[in-house]
Amino acid sequence: MTPPILRTEHLRKAFGALKVTDDVSLDLLPGELHAIIGPNGAGKTTLIHQLSGCQPADGGHILFDGQEITSLPMAKRARLGITRTFQITSLLKGFSVLENAALAVQARSGSSFRFFGRALDEHALNEEAKAALETVGIDNRADRLAGTLSHGEQRQLELAIALAAAPKVLLLDEPLAGTGHDESAALISLIDSLKQRFPILLIEHDMEAVFALADRVSVLVYGRIIASGTPSEVRADPEVRRAYLGDEAA
Amino acid sequence: MTQATNTTSEKTETPRRSLWRVEAAAPACLACLFAALPLATSLGADPFYLVIATRIMIFGLAALSLDLILGYGAMVSFGHAAFIGIGAYAAGIAASHGVSDLLLHVLFALAAAAAFALVTGLISLRTRGVYFIMITLAFGQMAYFLMVSLSAYGGDDGLTLQARSTLFGQAWLENDVFFYYVVLAILLLCFWFANCTLQARFGRVLRGTRDNAERMQAIGFEPLPYQLTAYVVAGTIAALAGVLLANQAEFVSPAYMTWQRSGELIMMVVVGGIGTLTGGILGAAIFLLLEEFLSAFSHHWKLGLGIILVLIVLHGKSGMHGILVDLFGKRDKR
Repeated sequence: MTPPILRTEHLRKAFGALKVTDDVSLDLLPGELHAIIGPNGAGKTTLIHQLSGCQPADGGHILFDGQEITSLPMAKRARLGITRTFQITSLLKGFSVLENAALAVQARSGSSFRFFGRALDEHALNEEAKAALETVGIDNRADRLAGTLSHGEQRQLELAIALAAAPKVLLLDEPLAGTGHDESAALISLIDSLKQRFPILLIEHDMEAVFALADRVSVLVYGRIIASGTPSEVRADPEVRRAYLGDEAA
Repeated sequence: MTQATNTTSEKTETPRRSLWRVEAAAPACLACLFAALPLATSLGADPFYLVIATRIMIFGLAALSLDLILGYGAMVSFGHAAFIGIGAYAAGIAASHGVSDLLLHVLFALAAAAAFALVTGLISLRTRGVYFIMITLAFGQMAYFLMVSLSAYGGDDGLTLQARSTLFGQAWLENDVFFYYVVLAILLLCFWFANCTLQARFGRVLRGTRDNAERMQAIGFEPLPYQLTAYVVAGTIAALAGVLLANQAEFVSPAYMTWQRSGELIMMVVVGGIGTLTGGILGAAIFLLLEEFLSAFSHHWKLGLGIILVLIVLHGKSGMHGILVDLFGKRDKR
């Protein structure tokens, strides 16, 4: 059995009396897509925030590749290769689409304390950025300002930036949020192809997508993992059906 | 008016070519104007204009340095005048001890300003928003009161320089035209440097952090090292302006460091056009010229100044620079 690339042990987080992460232990294996599902307010995004370093955990441990990272800040984790996307699109709207991706390449290629030489003209950065845009299929938008893209395209750019960061692990926070039917179909097949390249932790509301993509599904309800297993096991779990899936799966 | 405001806010969406040409032309025109001005005075114009223009360039340099952190780093420093004072006192104190070389004065000023910026920046940058404004204001006032209480160097009364700094042992700066061109050269050099830096990797990170710090952290950039570096660079450029100001006035006073001075610098940047570099120089020109000519009419000249400033700012958030770009950018497109 290969050791997990990312793992949490008894992770805890509370906002006042509200336990949003309650003794969560889960892991992500190399080559795996592990989906976290759960009703609204179950603490899914807070979990990603803690894994990416956006919010500190109250207790427990996070291990990346066997190394303790619980108290590392977000930027350091990003440089280690833990790359996340945001549920609410977070872009540099006044920068071109290409520059949004090129900055992610810049972050991992040499020092950024360079005061001369136009960054815009750095061929190596732009080429890698273009490759990422091509992978998600928005290379024809490279010169547009990120803020002028349609919502669906912005979701794609969000993914392209993550790819340009050359991740070792991808944390996807509802990549399909707010996309139309056709757009989400395209994104699902894209994520399916990314599965071959990176281990992915996926948070998603779209059950169709989750059951199509996931190797493993964990169900988070009120901050606790109530079930974990293959998609069919989870779908058959009576507690999950009662707590979450309800009529949809019945 | 509405249309004009529109073009400003969507400036980035319109075809950028024509606007870019104007944005590059504005500093070039300004540089030519400044370079030609001594010609006018030598042909008989009032030499007083040379003094005003020198002061405009000096405060333009300070405003440009503030724009570097205010416009490109979203760091609203309300203590930037402290750096002007540090530069001015570095020159004044060195001169009072018999060190008269300009290069040494500059060296002292840069070192002192860099040290002050490093310490105060490290503390101030732990805060955001209005707290950053308040804490930089506090540090600025601390510097001010330190100099007020330092009676060995004039205290409240300030310090009079016996002469301007020397260059290679020569008193060349005593010549107003020569001094004018030294100031112009330094202003151009700093403008060029700031412009390069903002386009380079460093500037791209700084601008990205201004727009969306969370996004930048998610791809691996910590804001602090970049913001602190920008803060130190801006502080040292302002100190350079301080050395020039001390030489221009041949006088150094704690009044250079008051929070009102810091406020005026912010006003210059905002009126001239925030985040444009050229705007700081335009703003300094507008401010000092209005101050000069309105005060001739009335003691209450600041009321007139206020009204004009409000009108410029109302036009759009890119100030005078935005107005120029709108005017000439449109003509360019036709």
